[in-house]
Amino acid sequence: MSVEFSPDALKKFAETVSRYPKKEAAMLPVLNLAQQEFGYLGPEAIEYIAKLMGQSPARVHGVVSFYTMYNMKPIGRHHIQVCRTLPCALGGAEHVTEFIKQKLGIEVGQTTTDGRFTLSEVECLASCGTAPMMQVDDDYYENLDEEKVTQILESLK
Amino acid sequence: MEKVLLRNIDVSDSHTLEVYRARGGYRAWEKVVQSMKPDQLIDEVKASGLRGRGGAGFPTGMKWSFVPKDNPKPKYMVCNADESEPGTFKDRLLIEKDPHATIEGTLIAAYGIQSHTAFIYVRGEMAFAAGVLERAVEEAKQAGFIGENVFGSGYDLDVIVHRGAGAYICGEETALLSSLEGGRGWPKVKPPFPATHGLFGCPTVVNNVETLAALPWIIERGAPAYAAMGTEKSKGTKLFSVSGHIAKPGVYEVEMGYPFKKFLEEDCGGVPNGRRLKGVIPGGASMPVLRPEEIEKVTLDYESVQAAGSLLGSGGVIVMDDSTCMVRAAWNISRFYAHESCGQCSPCREGCHWMEKIFWRIEQGQGDNSDMDLILNVAGNIMGNTICPFGDAAAMPAGAFIRKFRDEFEAHVAERKCTVRDA
Repeated sequence: MSVEFSPDALKKFAETVSRYPKKEAAMLPVLNLAQQEFGYLGPEAIEYIAKLMGQSPARVHGVVSFYTMYNMKPIGRHHIQVCRTLPCALGGAEHVTEFIKQKLGIEVGQTTTDGRFTLSEVECLASCGTAPMMQVDDDYYENLDEEKVTQILESLK
Repeated sequence: MEKVLLRNIDVSDSHTLEVYRARGGYRAWEKVVQSMKPDQLIDEVKASGLRGRGGAGFPTGMKWSFVPKDNPKPKYMVCNADESEPGTFKDRLLIEKDPHATIEGTLIAAYGIQSHTAFIYVRGEMAFAAGVLERAVEEAKQAGFIGENVFGSGYDLDVIVHRGAGAYICGEETALLSSLEGGRGWPKVKPPFPATHGLFGCPTVVNNVETLAALPWIIERGAPAYAAMGTEKSKGTKLFSVSGHIAKPGVYEVEMGYPFKKFLEEDCGGVPNGRRLKGVIPGGASMPVLRPEEIEKVTLDYESVQAAGSLLGSGGVIVMDDSTCMVRAAWNISRFYAHESCGQCSPCREGCHWMEKIFWRIEQGQGDNSDMDLILNVAGNIMGNTICPFGDAAAMPAGAFIRKFRDEFEAHVAERKCTVRDA
Protein backbone atom coordinates (compact mmCIF):
# COMPACT_ATOMS: atom_id res chain seq x y z
CA MET A 1 0.00 0.00 0.00
CA SER A 2 1.45 3.32 -0.98
CA VAL A 3 0.30 5.83 1.55
CA GLU A 4 -0.14 8.81 -0.67
CA PHE A 5 -3.20 10.25 -2.34
CA SER A 6 -3.64 9.63 -6.04
CA PRO A 7 -3.78 12.80 -8.19
CA ASP A 8 -7.59 12.46 -8.22
CA ALA A 9 -7.76 12.16 -4.45
CA LEU A 10 -5.44 15.14 -4.07
CA LYS A 11 -7.84 17.16 -6.17
CA LYS A 12 -10.75 16.04 -4.00
CA PHE A 13 -8.70 16.88 -0.93
CA ALA A 14 -8.08 20.44 -2.15
CA GLU A 15 -11.75 20.87 -3.07
CA THR A 16 -12.87 19.62 0.34
CA VAL A 17 -10.56 21.89 2.28
CA SER A 18 -11.59 24.91 0.18
CA ARG A 19 -15.24 24.53 1.23
CA TYR A 20 -14.54 25.08 4.92
CA PRO A 21 -13.91 28.35 6.74
CA LYS A 22 -10.89 26.75 8.44
CA LYS A 23 -8.68 23.95 7.21
CA GLU A 24 -8.95 21.89 10.41
CA ALA A 25 -12.74 21.70 10.00
CA ALA A 26 -12.16 19.50 6.95
CA MET A 27 -10.52 16.82 9.12
CA LEU A 28 -13.44 14.35 9.10
CA PRO A 29 -14.19 14.55 5.36
CA VAL A 30 -10.45 14.26 4.66
CA LEU A 31 -10.21 11.17 6.87
CA ASN A 32 -13.28 9.74 5.09
CA LEU A 33 -11.50 10.29 1.79
CA ALA A 34 -8.32 8.70 3.16
CA GLN A 35 -10.20 5.63 4.33
CA GLN A 36 -11.78 5.30 0.89
CA GLU A 37 -8.37 5.56 -0.74
CA PHE A 38 -6.33 3.39 1.64
CA GLY A 39 -9.00 1.01 2.93
CA TYR A 40 -8.07 1.70 6.55
CA LEU A 41 -6.26 4.31 8.61
CA GLY A 42 -3.06 2.76 9.91
CA PRO A 43 -0.06 4.64 11.36
CA GLU A 44 1.33 5.54 7.90
CA ALA A 45 -1.99 6.94 6.72
CA ILE A 46 -2.33 8.92 9.93
CA GLU A 47 1.15 10.43 9.47
CA TYR A 48 0.40 11.29 5.87
CA ILE A 49 -2.91 13.00 6.74
CA ALA A 50 -1.25 14.83 9.63
CA LYS A 51 1.29 16.26 7.21
CA LEU A 52 -1.39 17.26 4.69
CA MET A 53 -3.52 18.90 7.39
CA GLY A 54 -0.61 20.58 9.15
CA GLN A 55 -1.29 18.84 12.44
CA SER A 56 0.56 16.41 14.67
CA PRO A 57 0.12 12.67 14.07
CA ALA A 58 -0.90 12.37 17.73
CA ARG A 59 -3.82 14.70 17.23
CA VAL A 60 -4.95 12.91 14.07
CA HIS A 61 -4.61 9.57 15.87
CA GLY A 62 -6.80 10.98 18.64
CA VAL A 63 -9.50 11.85 16.13
CA VAL A 64 -9.28 8.57 14.21
CA SER A 65 -9.48 6.46 17.37
CA PHE A 66 -12.48 8.42 18.68
CA TYR A 67 -14.91 7.62 15.86
CA THR A 68 -16.26 4.14 15.25
CA MET A 69 -16.34 4.43 11.47
CA TYR A 70 -12.58 4.73 11.12
CA ASN A 71 -10.91 1.36 10.78
CA MET A 72 -7.41 1.39 12.19
CA LYS A 73 -6.74 -2.12 10.88
CA PRO A 74 -7.54 -3.71 7.52
CA ILE A 75 -11.06 -5.12 7.22
CA GLY A 76 -12.80 -7.45 4.79
CA ARG A 77 -14.27 -6.38 1.47
CA HIS A 78 -17.69 -6.11 3.09
CA HIS A 79 -18.21 -4.80 6.57
CA ILE A 80 -21.28 -6.33 8.22
CA GLN A 81 -22.49 -4.23 11.14
CA VAL A 82 -25.40 -5.67 13.08
CA CYS A 83 -27.25 -3.21 15.31
CA ARG A 84 -27.38 -4.51 18.87
CA THR A 85 -29.18 -1.69 20.71
CA LEU A 86 -32.47 -2.18 22.57
CA PRO A 87 -35.11 -1.83 19.80
CA CYS A 88 -33.16 -4.21 17.55
CA ALA A 89 -32.45 -6.51 20.51
CA LEU A 90 -36.19 -6.68 21.21
CA GLY A 91 -36.64 -7.65 17.56
CA GLY A 92 -34.12 -10.49 17.66
CA ALA A 93 -30.75 -8.90 16.85
CA GLU A 94 -28.84 -11.40 18.97
CA HIS A 95 -30.19 -14.21 16.86
CA VAL A 96 -29.16 -12.41 13.67
CA THR A 97 -25.60 -12.05 14.95
CA GLU A 98 -25.46 -15.71 16.06
CA PHE A 99 -26.75 -16.81 12.66
CA ILE A 100 -24.12 -14.77 10.79
CA LYS A 101 -21.36 -16.03 13.10
CA GLN A 102 -22.32 -19.62 12.36
CA LYS A 103 -22.75 -19.03 8.68
CA LEU A 104 -19.37 -17.34 8.26
CA GLY A 105 -17.52 -19.29 10.95
CA ILE A 106 -16.18 -16.15 12.62
CA GLU A 107 -16.69 -14.27 15.86
CA VAL A 108 -17.72 -10.64 16.15
CA GLY A 109 -14.66 -8.51 15.32
CA GLN A 110 -13.15 -11.11 12.99
CA THR A 111 -12.70 -11.34 9.23
CA THR A 112 -13.32 -14.43 7.12
CA THR A 113 -10.14 -16.11 5.89
CA ASP A 114 -10.99 -15.25 2.26
CA GLY A 115 -11.12 -11.57 3.24
CA ARG A 116 -14.71 -11.26 2.10
CA PHE A 117 -16.49 -10.27 5.32
CA THR A 118 -15.75 -8.54 8.60
CA LEU A 119 -18.44 -8.87 11.27
CA SER A 120 -19.09 -6.13 13.82
CA GLU A 121 -21.81 -5.28 16.28
CA VAL A 122 -22.71 -1.59 16.39
CA GLU A 123 -25.00 0.69 18.35
CA CYS A 124 -28.32 2.14 17.17
CA LEU A 125 -28.38 3.07 13.47
CA ALA A 126 -31.69 5.00 13.56
CA SER A 127 -33.65 2.26 11.86
CA CYS A 128 -35.54 0.93 14.88
CA GLY A 129 -38.94 0.66 13.21
CA THR A 130 -37.60 -2.01 10.88
CA ALA A 131 -35.69 -4.07 13.44
CA PRO A 132 -33.65 -6.18 13.40
CA MET A 133 -31.34 -4.49 10.95
CA MET A 134 -27.75 -4.30 9.85
CA GLN A 135 -25.57 -2.08 7.75
CA VAL A 136 -23.28 -3.66 5.19
CA ASP A 137 -20.79 -1.13 3.82
CA ASP A 138 -22.99 1.92 3.07
CA ASP A 139 -26.33 0.13 2.81
CA TYR A 140 -29.03 -0.59 5.38
CA TYR A 141 -30.79 -3.98 5.38
CA GLU A 142 -33.93 -4.09 7.46
CA ASN A 143 -36.56 -6.49 8.88
CA LEU A 144 -33.98 -9.29 8.85
CA ASP A 145 -34.63 -12.99 9.18
CA GLU A 146 -32.45 -16.00 8.38
CA GLU A 147 -33.61 -16.24 4.80
CA LYS A 148 -33.00 -12.58 4.12
CA VAL A 149 -29.57 -12.62 5.72
CA THR A 150 -28.62 -15.66 3.65
CA GLN A 151 -29.67 -13.91 0.44
CA ILE A 152 -27.81 -10.73 1.35
CA LEU A 153 -24.59 -12.55 2.17
CA GLU A 154 -24.75 -14.53 -1.06
CA SER A 155 -25.24 -11.38 -3.10
CA LEU A 156 -22.08 -9.78 -1.71
CA LYS A 157 -19.05 -11.12 -3.53
CA MET B 1 -55.01 17.02 12.17
CA GLU B 2 -53.14 18.69 9.36
CA LYS B 3 -49.64 17.37 8.90
CA VAL B 4 -46.83 19.89 9.25
CA LEU B 5 -43.77 17.66 9.11
CA LEU B 6 -44.91 14.61 7.16
CA ARG B 7 -46.98 16.58 4.66
CA ASN B 8 -44.79 15.68 1.70
CA ILE B 9 -43.36 12.29 2.45
CA ASP B 10 -46.00 10.12 0.79
CA VAL B 11 -45.84 12.00 -2.51
CA SER B 12 -43.76 10.24 -5.14
CA ASP B 13 -40.36 11.84 -5.76
CA SER B 14 -40.90 14.01 -2.68
CA HIS B 15 -37.14 14.37 -2.38
CA THR B 16 -36.82 16.35 -5.61
CA LEU B 17 -36.86 20.12 -5.92
CA GLU B 18 -39.50 19.93 -8.62
CA VAL B 19 -42.02 18.16 -6.39
CA TYR B 20 -41.12 20.25 -3.35
CA ARG B 21 -41.65 23.48 -5.29
CA ALA B 22 -44.89 22.25 -6.82
CA ARG B 23 -46.14 21.80 -3.27
CA GLY B 24 -45.22 25.35 -2.28
CA GLY B 25 -41.60 24.78 -1.35
CA TYR B 26 -39.17 27.68 -0.91
CA ARG B 27 -42.01 30.24 -0.87
CA ALA B 28 -41.42 30.69 2.86
CA TRP B 29 -37.72 31.26 2.21
CA GLU B 30 -38.54 33.82 -0.47
CA LYS B 31 -40.97 35.59 1.86
CA VAL B 32 -38.40 35.70 4.67
CA VAL B 33 -35.60 37.08 2.52
CA GLN B 34 -37.77 39.50 0.59
CA SER B 35 -39.98 40.92 3.26
CA MET B 36 -38.91 40.10 6.80
CA LYS B 37 -36.34 41.66 9.08
CA PRO B 38 -34.37 39.16 11.21
CA ASP B 39 -36.03 40.47 14.38
CA GLN B 40 -39.46 40.06 12.85
CA LEU B 41 -38.62 36.49 11.93
CA ILE B 42 -37.37 35.72 15.45
CA ASP B 43 -40.57 37.21 16.90
CA GLU B 44 -42.65 35.08 14.55
CA VAL B 45 -40.85 31.89 15.61
CA LYS B 46 -41.19 32.88 19.27
CA ALA B 47 -44.91 33.47 18.76
CA SER B 48 -45.31 30.03 17.18
CA GLY B 49 -44.18 28.44 20.45
CA LEU B 50 -41.87 26.06 18.55
CA ARG B 51 -39.51 24.23 20.91
CA GLY B 52 -36.35 22.29 20.03
CA ARG B 53 -37.16 18.77 18.88
CA GLY B 54 -33.72 17.30 19.50
CA GLY B 55 -34.68 16.37 23.03
CA ALA B 56 -34.32 19.39 25.28
CA GLY B 57 -37.44 21.28 24.18
CA PHE B 58 -35.85 24.72 24.45
CA PRO B 59 -37.83 27.53 22.75
CA THR B 60 -36.33 27.95 19.27
CA GLY B 61 -36.95 31.69 18.79
CA MET B 62 -35.41 32.42 22.17
CA LYS B 63 -32.33 30.36 21.29
CA TRP B 64 -31.82 32.49 18.18
CA SER B 65 -32.32 35.72 20.11
CA PHE B 66 -29.26 34.94 22.28
CA VAL B 67 -26.98 35.47 19.28
CA PRO B 68 -25.40 38.91 19.75
CA LYS B 69 -26.07 41.31 16.89
CA ASP B 70 -23.00 43.48 17.44
CA ASN B 71 -20.45 40.65 17.45
CA PRO B 72 -18.06 41.26 14.52
CA LYS B 73 -17.21 37.57 14.14
CA PRO B 74 -18.91 35.39 11.53
CA LYS B 75 -22.06 33.64 12.71
CA TYR B 76 -22.79 30.00 12.01
CA MET B 77 -26.02 28.07 11.64
CA VAL B 78 -25.82 24.32 12.17
CA CYS B 79 -28.52 21.78 11.43
CA ASN B 80 -28.09 18.79 13.74
CA ALA B 81 -28.81 15.73 11.61
CA ASP B 82 -26.72 13.43 13.79
CA GLU B 83 -29.72 11.38 14.86
CA SER B 84 -28.40 8.66 17.18
CA GLU B 85 -30.70 8.44 20.19
CA PRO B 86 -31.73 4.76 20.42
CA GLY B 87 -35.35 4.37 19.36
CA THR B 88 -35.33 7.50 17.20
CA PHE B 89 -35.52 7.45 13.40
CA LYS B 90 -37.65 10.46 12.48
CA ASP B 91 -34.90 12.77 11.21
CA ARG B 92 -33.59 10.10 8.85
CA LEU B 93 -37.09 9.80 7.38
CA LEU B 94 -37.42 13.58 6.98
CA ILE B 95 -34.03 13.84 5.30
CA GLU B 96 -34.51 10.91 2.96
CA LYS B 97 -38.05 11.79 1.92
CA ASP B 98 -38.24 15.56 2.23
CA PRO B 99 -34.70 16.96 2.30
CA HIS B 100 -35.73 20.35 0.96
CA ALA B 101 -37.93 21.05 3.99
CA THR B 102 -34.91 20.66 6.25
CA ILE B 103 -32.76 22.73 3.91
CA GLU B 104 -35.38 25.49 3.66
CA GLY B 105 -35.70 25.51 7.44
CA THR B 106 -31.93 25.76 7.77
CA LEU B 107 -31.88 28.75 5.39
CA ILE B 108 -34.64 30.49 7.33
CA ALA B 109 -32.89 29.91 10.65
CA ALA B 110 -29.59 31.15 9.20
CA TYR B 111 -31.29 34.36 8.11
CA GLY B 112 -32.79 34.75 11.58
CA ILE B 113 -29.35 34.94 13.13
CA GLN B 114 -27.78 36.59 10.04
CA SER B 115 -25.42 33.75 9.34
CA HIS B 116 -23.83 33.41 5.92
CA THR B 117 -22.51 29.89 6.40
CA ALA B 118 -24.72 27.00 7.43
CA PHE B 119 -23.71 23.41 8.07
CA ILE B 120 -25.84 20.32 8.01
CA TYR B 121 -24.05 17.78 10.20
CA VAL B 122 -25.27 14.37 9.05
CA ARG B 123 -24.62 11.22 10.98
CA GLY B 124 -21.72 9.40 9.32
CA GLU B 125 -23.46 6.04 9.05
CA MET B 126 -26.33 7.56 7.07
CA ALA B 127 -24.62 7.45 3.70
CA PHE B 128 -27.86 7.33 1.75
CA ALA B 129 -29.42 10.26 3.62
CA ALA B 130 -26.24 12.30 3.18
CA GLY B 131 -26.34 11.64 -0.56
CA VAL B 132 -29.97 12.75 -0.76
CA LEU B 133 -29.12 15.94 1.12
CA GLU B 134 -26.06 16.69 -0.98
CA ARG B 135 -28.08 16.36 -4.18
CA ALA B 136 -30.88 18.49 -2.75
CA VAL B 137 -28.47 21.25 -1.68
CA GLU B 138 -26.97 21.18 -5.17
CA GLU B 139 -30.47 21.53 -6.70
CA ALA B 140 -31.26 24.45 -4.40
CA LYS B 141 -27.95 26.11 -5.35
CA GLN B 142 -28.68 25.71 -9.04
CA ALA B 143 -32.11 27.25 -8.51
CA GLY B 144 -30.58 30.24 -6.74
CA PHE B 145 -32.06 29.58 -3.30
CA ILE B 146 -28.59 29.10 -1.86
CA GLY B 147 -25.58 31.20 -2.83
CA GLU B 148 -24.84 34.85 -3.42
CA ASN B 149 -27.56 37.47 -3.54
CA VAL B 150 -30.51 35.10 -3.06
CA PHE B 151 -33.73 36.40 -4.65
CA GLY B 152 -31.81 39.58 -5.50
CA SER B 153 -31.87 40.54 -1.85
CA GLY B 154 -28.14 41.04 -1.39
CA TYR B 155 -28.13 38.24 1.18
CA ASP B 156 -25.44 35.57 0.71
CA LEU B 157 -25.64 32.12 2.20
CA ASP B 158 -23.62 28.96 1.70
CA VAL B 159 -24.68 25.51 2.91
CA ILE B 160 -22.19 22.73 3.59
CA VAL B 161 -23.28 19.13 4.13
CA HIS B 162 -20.84 17.64 6.62
CA ARG B 163 -20.68 13.95 7.48
CA GLY B 164 -19.81 12.67 10.93
CA ALA B 165 -17.86 9.47 11.49
CA GLY B 166 -19.72 7.49 14.13
CA ALA B 167 -20.11 8.82 17.67
CA TYR B 168 -23.39 9.15 19.57
CA ILE B 169 -22.07 12.04 21.63
CA CYS B 170 -21.83 14.26 18.54
CA GLY B 171 -25.60 14.72 18.77
CA GLU B 172 -24.92 16.88 21.84
CA GLU B 173 -24.55 20.37 20.43
CA THR B 174 -21.16 21.34 21.86
CA ALA B 175 -19.73 17.91 20.99
CA LEU B 176 -21.06 18.37 17.48
CA LEU B 177 -19.22 21.68 17.25
CA SER B 178 -15.97 20.10 18.51
CA SER B 179 -16.41 17.47 15.83
CA LEU B 180 -17.13 20.10 13.19
CA GLU B 181 -13.92 21.86 14.23
CA GLY B 182 -12.13 18.69 13.18
CA GLY B 183 -11.45 17.16 16.56
CA ARG B 184 -12.80 14.46 18.82
CA GLY B 185 -16.46 14.95 19.63
CA TRP B 186 -15.87 16.27 23.10
CA PRO B 187 -18.60 18.35 24.72
CA LYS B 188 -17.56 21.76 26.01
CA VAL B 189 -18.31 23.38 29.34
CA LYS B 190 -21.35 25.67 29.28
CA PRO B 191 -21.45 28.62 29.78
CA PRO B 192 -20.34 30.14 27.52
CA PHE B 193 -23.13 28.86 25.29
CA PRO B 194 -22.77 28.34 21.53
CA ALA B 195 -24.96 31.40 20.90
CA THR B 196 -21.98 33.53 21.91
CA HIS B 197 -19.03 31.09 21.73
CA GLY B 198 -19.82 28.29 19.32
CA LEU B 199 -18.04 27.04 16.22
CA PHE B 200 -14.45 28.39 16.26
CA GLY B 201 -15.51 30.64 19.13
CA CYS B 202 -18.06 32.40 16.93
CA PRO B 203 -21.79 32.87 17.63
CA THR B 204 -23.55 29.68 16.57
CA VAL B 205 -27.01 28.17 16.71
CA VAL B 206 -27.56 24.41 16.51
CA ASN B 207 -31.09 23.20 15.77
CA ASN B 208 -32.45 19.70 15.19
CA VAL B 209 -33.74 18.55 11.78
CA GLU B 210 -37.34 18.27 12.99
CA THR B 211 -37.25 21.77 14.49
CA LEU B 212 -35.97 23.27 11.24
CA ALA B 213 -38.35 21.27 9.04
CA ALA B 214 -41.30 22.89 10.84
CA LEU B 215 -40.16 26.43 9.95
CA PRO B 216 -41.35 26.65 6.32
CA TRP B 217 -44.90 25.72 7.40
CA ILE B 218 -44.81 28.23 10.28
CA ILE B 219 -43.70 31.06 7.98
CA GLU B 220 -46.19 30.14 5.27
CA ARG B 221 -49.20 29.71 7.54
CA GLY B 222 -48.24 32.09 10.31
CA ALA B 223 -47.29 31.60 13.93
CA PRO B 224 -50.91 31.64 15.22
CA ALA B 225 -51.84 28.65 13.02
CA TYR B 226 -48.97 26.65 14.55
CA ALA B 227 -49.64 27.84 18.08
CA ALA B 228 -53.31 26.88 17.68
CA MET B 229 -52.19 23.24 17.71
CA GLY B 230 -51.00 21.43 20.81
CA THR B 231 -51.23 22.36 24.46
CA GLU B 232 -50.66 25.60 26.31
CA LYS B 233 -46.91 25.06 26.69
CA SER B 234 -46.22 22.42 24.03
CA LYS B 235 -47.30 23.90 20.72
CA GLY B 236 -47.68 22.34 17.33
CA THR B 237 -47.06 18.78 16.24
CA LYS B 238 -44.31 16.31 17.06
CA LEU B 239 -42.90 13.23 15.41
CA PHE B 240 -42.80 9.97 17.34
CA SER B 241 -40.64 7.04 16.27
CA VAL B 242 -42.27 3.88 17.54
CA SER B 243 -40.33 0.62 17.83
CA GLY B 244 -40.12 -2.59 19.82
CA HIS B 245 -43.11 -4.81 20.55
CA ILE B 246 -45.74 -2.86 18.65
CA ALA B 247 -48.06 -3.89 15.82
CA LYS B 248 -47.33 -0.94 13.54
CA PRO B 249 -43.86 0.46 14.14
CA GLY B 250 -42.94 3.64 12.30
CA VAL B 251 -42.84 7.42 12.41
CA TYR B 252 -46.05 9.20 13.41
CA GLU B 253 -46.89 12.88 13.51
CA VAL B 254 -49.32 13.80 16.26
CA GLU B 255 -50.60 16.99 17.74
CA MET B 256 -48.95 17.72 21.09
CA GLY B 257 -51.25 16.68 23.90
CA TYR B 258 -52.49 13.50 22.20
CA PRO B 259 -53.32 10.73 24.71
CA PHE B 260 -50.35 8.33 24.97
CA LYS B 261 -52.38 5.18 25.65
CA LYS B 262 -54.75 5.84 22.77
CA PHE B 263 -51.75 6.52 20.55
CA LEU B 264 -50.14 3.17 21.35
CA GLU B 265 -53.32 1.14 21.23
CA GLU B 266 -55.17 2.72 18.32
CA ASP B 267 -52.71 4.57 16.09
CA CYS B 268 -49.88 2.06 16.52
CA GLY B 269 -52.08 -1.03 16.78
CA GLY B 270 -51.08 -1.98 20.32
CA VAL B 271 -48.85 -4.80 21.56
CA PRO B 272 -49.12 -7.74 19.14
CA ASN B 273 -49.22 -11.53 19.54
CA GLY B 274 -51.64 -11.48 22.48
CA ARG B 275 -48.93 -10.09 24.72
CA ARG B 276 -49.36 -7.37 27.33
CA LEU B 277 -47.48 -4.12 27.72
CA LYS B 278 -44.78 -4.33 30.38
CA GLY B 279 -42.96 -1.03 29.98
CA VAL B 280 -42.51 1.83 27.54
CA ILE B 281 -39.73 4.38 27.09
CA PRO B 282 -41.36 7.55 25.76
CA GLY B 283 -38.44 9.70 24.61
CA GLY B 284 -35.47 7.65 23.45
CA ALA B 285 -33.23 5.35 25.50
CA SER B 286 -31.98 8.21 27.68
CA MET B 287 -35.35 8.70 29.30
CA PRO B 288 -36.83 6.80 32.26
CA VAL B 289 -39.02 3.80 31.42
CA LEU B 290 -42.71 3.96 32.42
CA ARG B 291 -44.93 1.15 33.66
CA PRO B 292 -48.32 0.57 31.97
CA GLU B 293 -50.23 2.09 34.89
CA GLU B 294 -48.08 5.22 34.70
CA ILE B 295 -49.15 6.10 31.16
CA GLU B 296 -52.90 5.84 31.78
CA LYS B 297 -53.45 9.59 31.85
CA VAL B 298 -50.31 10.79 30.10
CA THR B 299 -50.60 12.97 27.02
CA LEU B 300 -47.83 13.37 24.48
CA ASP B 301 -46.39 16.76 25.40
CA TYR B 302 -43.37 17.92 27.38
CA GLU B 303 -45.26 18.72 30.59
CA SER B 304 -47.44 15.63 30.87
CA VAL B 305 -44.63 13.12 30.23
CA GLN B 306 -42.45 14.96 32.74
CA ALA B 307 -45.21 14.90 35.34
CA ALA B 308 -45.37 11.12 34.86
CA GLY B 309 -41.70 10.87 35.80
CA SER B 310 -40.05 10.64 32.40
CA LEU B 311 -39.27 13.05 29.57
CA LEU B 312 -40.54 13.50 26.02
CA GLY B 313 -36.96 13.72 24.74
CA SER B 314 -36.61 12.86 21.07
CA GLY B 315 -40.00 11.13 20.91
CA GLY B 316 -38.38 7.72 20.48
CA VAL B 317 -41.02 5.38 21.87
CA ILE B 318 -39.66 1.91 22.69
CA VAL B 319 -42.37 -0.60 23.58
CA MET B 320 -41.64 -3.71 25.65
CA ASP B 321 -44.12 -6.56 26.12
CA ASP B 322 -44.32 -9.02 29.01
CA SER B 323 -41.81 -11.40 27.42
CA THR B 324 -39.08 -8.77 27.94
CA CYS B 325 -36.47 -9.26 30.64
CA MET B 326 -36.12 -5.82 32.19
CA VAL B 327 -32.70 -6.65 33.61
CA ARG B 328 -31.46 -7.47 30.13
CA ALA B 329 -33.11 -4.36 28.70
CA ALA B 330 -31.40 -2.23 31.36
CA TRP B 331 -28.09 -3.97 30.65
CA ASN B 332 -28.51 -3.37 26.91
CA ILE B 333 -29.01 0.35 27.46
CA SER B 334 -26.16 0.59 29.98
CA ARG B 335 -23.86 -1.13 27.49
CA PHE B 336 -24.82 1.53 24.94
CA TYR B 337 -23.74 4.33 27.29
CA ALA B 338 -20.57 2.51 28.33
CA HIS B 339 -19.69 2.22 24.64
CA GLU B 340 -20.55 5.82 23.79
CA SER B 341 -19.16 7.76 26.77
CA CYS B 342 -16.64 10.25 25.35
CA GLY B 343 -14.36 9.72 28.34
CA GLN B 344 -13.89 13.31 29.44
CA CYS B 345 -15.63 13.22 32.84
CA SER B 346 -14.63 10.51 35.32
CA PRO B 347 -18.11 9.85 36.80
CA CYS B 348 -19.48 9.01 33.36
CA ARG B 349 -16.40 7.28 31.92
CA GLU B 350 -16.02 4.98 34.95
CA GLY B 351 -19.64 4.83 36.12
CA CYS B 352 -21.16 3.71 32.82
CA HIS B 353 -18.84 0.69 32.66
CA TRP B 354 -19.57 -0.21 36.28
CA MET B 355 -23.30 -0.08 35.68
CA GLU B 356 -22.97 -2.28 32.60
CA LYS B 357 -20.92 -4.85 34.52
CA ILE B 358 -23.31 -4.98 37.46
CA PHE B 359 -26.43 -5.23 35.28
CA TRP B 360 -24.74 -8.06 33.39
CA ARG B 361 -23.86 -10.08 36.47
CA ILE B 362 -27.43 -9.76 37.77
CA GLU B 363 -28.75 -10.92 34.40
CA GLN B 364 -26.33 -13.87 34.48
CA GLY B 365 -27.65 -14.95 37.89
CA GLN B 366 -24.47 -13.85 39.65
CA GLY B 367 -25.80 -10.73 41.28
CA ASP B 368 -25.87 -9.82 44.94
CA ASN B 369 -28.72 -8.33 46.96
CA SER B 370 -26.77 -5.11 47.34
CA ASP B 371 -26.19 -4.73 43.57
CA MET B 372 -29.39 -2.79 42.90
CA ASP B 373 -28.50 -0.16 45.46
CA LEU B 374 -24.95 -0.14 44.16
CA ILE B 375 -26.21 0.77 40.68
CA LEU B 376 -28.48 3.44 42.15
CA ASN B 377 -25.46 4.79 43.99
CA VAL B 378 -23.29 4.87 40.87
CA ALA B 379 -26.11 6.46 38.85
CA GLY B 380 -26.61 9.04 41.58
CA ASN B 381 -22.94 9.96 41.47
CA ILE B 382 -23.02 10.44 37.69
CA MET B 383 -26.22 12.49 37.71
CA GLY B 384 -25.45 16.19 37.50
CA ASN B 385 -21.69 15.64 37.77
CA THR B 386 -20.69 15.75 34.12
CA ILE B 387 -20.21 18.66 31.74
CA CYS B 388 -22.85 17.48 29.28
CA PRO B 389 -26.26 15.79 29.60
CA PHE B 390 -24.84 12.39 28.54
CA GLY B 391 -24.17 11.48 32.18
CA ASP B 392 -27.78 12.11 33.12
CA ALA B 393 -28.89 10.22 30.02
CA ALA B 394 -26.98 7.16 31.24
CA ALA B 395 -28.02 7.49 34.87
CA MET B 396 -31.74 8.17 34.43
CA PRO B 397 -32.77 4.97 32.61
CA ALA B 398 -30.53 2.81 34.83
CA GLY B 399 -32.18 4.11 37.98
CA ALA B 400 -35.67 3.92 36.52
CA PHE B 401 -35.37 0.26 35.48
CA ILE B 402 -34.33 -0.69 39.00
CA ARG B 403 -36.89 1.42 40.83
CA LYS B 404 -39.78 0.33 38.63
CA PHE B 405 -38.96 -3.35 38.16
CA ARG B 406 -37.07 -4.03 41.39
CA ASP B 407 -38.94 -7.29 42.04
CA GLU B 408 -37.60 -8.67 38.77
CA PHE B 409 -34.03 -7.74 39.68
CA GLU B 410 -34.45 -9.32 43.12
CA ALA B 411 -35.85 -12.50 41.56
CA HIS B 412 -32.76 -12.74 39.32
CA VAL B 413 -30.55 -12.52 42.40
CA ALA B 414 -32.63 -14.91 44.53
CA GLU B 415 -33.00 -17.61 41.85
CA ARG B 416 -29.51 -17.08 40.46
CA LYS B 417 -30.74 -17.02 36.85
CA CYS B 418 -32.72 -14.94 34.39
CA THR B 419 -36.24 -15.44 35.66
CA VAL B 420 -37.87 -14.17 32.47
CA ARG B 421 -35.98 -15.88 29.67
CA ASP B 422 -35.29 -19.08 31.62
CA ALA B 423 -38.64 -19.14 33.42
